[in-house]
Amino acid sequence: MTQSLRTVSVFGLVAVLILGTGVLQSWNSALLILNMGLVSAIMSLGVNLQWGFAGLFNVGVMGFVALGGLSVVLVSMPPVGEAWAAGGLRILAGLALGALSVACAVLAWTRAPRAWRGWAVAAILVAGFVLYRAVFAPGAAAVESVNAATSGYLGGLGLPVVLAWPVGGLLAAGAAWIIGKTALGLRSDYLAIATLGIAEIVIAILKNEDWLARGVKNVIGLPRPVPNEIDLQRDPGFVESAAGWGLDPTTASTLYVKAGYALLFAAVLIAVLVLAQLALRSPWGRMMRAIRDNETAARAMGKDVTRRHLQVFVLGSAICGIAGAMMTTLDGQLTPSTYQPLRYTFLIWVMVIVGGSGNNYGAVAGGFIIWFLWVQVEPMGQALMGLITAPMSDGWLKAHLLDSVQHMRLLTMGLILLLVLRFSPRGLIPER
Amino acid sequence: MDFLNAFVALSNFVLIPAIAYGSQLALGALGVTLVYGILRFSNFAHGDTMAFGTMVAILATWGLQAAGVTLGPLPTALLAIPVGILGCAALVLATDRLVYRFYRAQKAVPVILVIVSMGVMFIYNGITRFIIGPDDQAFADGARFLINARQFREMTGLAEPLAIRSTQAITLVTALIVVAALFWFLNRTKTGKSMRAYSDNEDLALLSGIDPERVVRVTWIIVAGLATIAGVLYGLDKTYKPFTYFQLLLPIFAAAIVGGLGSPLGAIAGGFVIAFSEVGLTYAWKKVLTYLLPGPLEPDGLVQLLATDYKFAVSFMILVIVLLFRPTGLFRGKSV
Amino acid sequence: MGLGMSDPLHDDRGNRDRSITNPAGQGAPLPGHRGRARPAPGGPFLIGDAMTGGYGRGADILHGCTIAVDRGEIAVIVGPNGAGKSTAMKAVFGMLSLREGAVRLDGEDISALSPQDRVKKGMGFVPQTSNIFTSLSVEENLEMGAFIRDDDIRETMEQVFDLFPILREKRRQPAGELSGGQRQQVAVGRALMTKPKVLMLDEPTAGVSPIVMDELFDRIIEVARSGLPVLMVEQNARQALEIADKGYVLVQGRNAHTGTGRDLLADPDVRRSFLGG
Repeated sequence: MTQSLRTVSVFGLVAVLILGTGVLQSWNSALLILNMGLVSAIMSLGVNLQWGFAGLFNVGVMGFVALGGLSVVLVSMPPVGEAWAAGGLRILAGLALGALSVACAVLAWTRAPRAWRGWAVAAILVAGFVLYRAVFAPGAAAVESVNAATSGYLGGLGLPVVLAWPVGGLLAAGAAWIIGKTALGLRSDYLAIATLGIAEIVIAILKNEDWLARGVKNVIGLPRPVPNEIDLQRDPGFVESAAGWGLDPTTASTLYVKAGYALLFAAVLIAVLVLAQLALRSPWGRMMRAIRDNETAARAMGKDVTRRHLQVFVLGSAICGIAGAMMTTLDGQLTPSTYQPLRYTFLIWVMVIVGGSGNNYGAVAGGFIIWFLWVQVEPMGQALMGLITAPMSDGWLKAHLLDSVQHMRLLTMGLILLLVLRFSPRGLIPER
Repeated sequence: MDFLNAFVALSNFVLIPAIAYGSQLALGALGVTLVYGILRFSNFAHGDTMAFGTMVAILATWGLQAAGVTLGPLPTALLAIPVGILGCAALVLATDRLVYRFYRAQKAVPVILVIVSMGVMFIYNGITRFIIGPDDQAFADGARFLINARQFREMTGLAEPLAIRSTQAITLVTALIVVAALFWFLNRTKTGKSMRAYSDNEDLALLSGIDPERVVRVTWIIVAGLATIAGVLYGLDKTYKPFTYFQLLLPIFAAAIVGGLGSPLGAIAGGFVIAFSEVGLTYAWKKVLTYLLPGPLEPDGLVQLLATDYKFAVSFMILVIVLLFRPTGLFRGKSV
Repeated sequence: MGLGMSDPLHDDRGNRDRSITNPAGQGAPLPGHRGRARPAPGGPFLIGDAMTGGYGRGADILHGCTIAVDRGEIAVIVGPNGAGKSTAMKAVFGMLSLREGAVRLDGEDISALSPQDRVKKGMGFVPQTSNIFTSLSVEENLEMGAFIRDDDIRETMEQVFDLFPILREKRRQPAGELSGGQRQQVAVGRALMTKPKVLMLDEPTAGVSPIVMDELFDRIIEVARSGLPVLMVEQNARQALEIADKGYVLVQGRNAHTGTGRDLLADPDVRRSFLGG
């Protein structure tokens, strides 16, 4: 099978899966899968950029996705004036002091004489930390005590929510730059563990810094880029045209809203995909792959490998951040406790590997297919388990088996990954 | 100033918990480092291997408890550890036969094995949740304290109480025995030496007639043993929840890397470095400082450097510092 | 080696992440033929007869090359760079598959055996590089050399220590901490621990000083005098031929000249072509 035929048939399969869901289950579920499939495909593109183009092993996808989610709160929620008045400036000053002391420490490390620079840095950091805590902590406490039940945080900028998507990308890019500067600059080969760690830290910050985004109390009711279902149902014009399509207003409004998201997300996916393809074909992309295939030769030819790696790492992470912001927008809420590495890091890896690492189309297709399975394995497993347990008499075993079906999806994802790696290690759409 | 009370408080809240946690991390890191040395990849499924072995041990514990078998003051789970190890060894050996062996025969590059271990991680995770569920499970029994606070105060007459939980003592003793046995095995037996030889120079080991498949099998059995013991001790000391075990992956990897990947001695040292930093940085030092400092200097706040929830950040910071100043780890890791 | 980037299982995408993959990687792929030895009486003690072949599916490197050694002899393979000297020795040891020709040892055809099985048949092989376990002590290196033996190895170890007294002194030290010459002694000692019927050395003097080289050659002569045939590949052709009972000059994978060491040293052709006059 030629490459293009293969690509077309894989995407045909994706279309069949989604349309099939629409026909057999409901169009509502089909659109749900499509929307999250679009988001997954973008995350998958980001990881593919890092792994497929450059061979960078990023196991901290979750952290960048979560930063994207945070940006939605920071950009789109209305500011809480009372909280700002209570301690907003203190918090900002504290953070600035913290950043300043880190900058001073770095400066001291590079400028101070070798003999005592270690002590100098330690002293600056300790003093900086004490100062930061003294300024910051009362501010945070004050902010968190403002209407703790409903707000208790600084709120956002109150800007249109779509703006949060690029901001999410920027936030993730900034974090990636710091990690990349440390891990890639010092010792290019400890990136994996560094990303694993930073992802956990990002989640810990989201869970604990209540002044920032309410922590585990969650931020709900995020603004949406599409109209609200209720408003649509109250709009006589909409009800009329829904009747024209032969739908009741409730169904029509949910479909309309989801289709709106789908269009927005598809536009972003296409933009990212086109850019990624252009990058892949550009001299930059060719150089990235040359570095990946033979780093030593590339270094010998005078290429700044670390710098290129940093570029691609920041870019890939930014894409994950954009996707994370889109996902939180779709959910309409930020719930830090739902971020789990199996779902947000390793599942994305399954998408890339199954789709075909190094191939952008493969990564996109992998995103759709794996997301479809992630959603659909549970009902399928339920049906299967129902069949298996049907002849069994009622008892704890039957109840336990039926109850445990929800964990089948993890097993299935592992199995799919292992089967693809074993029998088709280049993925559904191979690199070349 | 009251050094004695300060030291008791320090022991109670920092030293003893950190020693117990460090032993658990060390056992986990030993498993990771053995796989890295012999099979040459980082096993992302290690946390879930621990979770699975512990689950088998917990099921066996419940069986024993139901049958009325107990160890008196000691937790029944100690009796169930061998069952857990057997179950875990069966699982990892089956995995090796069905999954890893193929890639070994193909001489696949290590990074492929890492990705394969991700798949295995999903499967183990699914199996464990399927059997025992994702929730907390209680399985500790026996005496809760070796020394409780009241006894200690009566014994010493100090104001500050000291409590040593029996699980902390058991952790330390078990870890000492296991580590001693492991080092005896690696340094004194022919099979152990052949494992070190294989880890050092695979081609030469083959030329010397060392059977690689046998080395790999023995390695997996030892790893299963270490993982199960570490998991059961952690579960007894804290709590058993599959997801927590998965999260242990980060401090365990950090311990192995800080010590020097591939070095068993380093894994142990790394485990304690990580544990002491985590506990030390997230402990509220107010009490200890109150005993040590004269009245006017006594701190007002808790003097807690980091909230407990940031303990992952500690593993991470230690890792970065060690990589900055000594990139090969405390003990230059190379071979087992 | 013969495995292109197109193969996904061997494409590490430039990944050098030490935190997840051991840079030592997996060992080199060895041909895994698992045949049996067949009786083949007569002829020299060890002979690689008319060998033709190369690595994997690559082009042939050897073309009808013949190498032999008899009891009590030292046979030396010399030749210019890229002549296939080491390849010829590796072919005798079974590290590449032959398309034509045969390897016979002590009256048996062992062409179908894997390198490990050839060790069990009595071949002691010292590779050119990575020929010791650096993190193991000298004594443990010798023990690992004797891994396939189940009998008492102390006597053999004493013999090795008698041959290389410095190793007795440093028996507890990690072999990786020794000097270059001492490491080579450990490597030879390791190979002797199986009590081999023939000893094969791939450039034992590579990278050691001239004094150490002379010392090593003396030891090798000592080994040969004890009745153990020695087959050796050498860069330092002149010195090697001086101690050789039999010399093979290879050029482009073919036997160019064969004779006693003395004859070859005297041969004007050999002198002109690569001994430098």
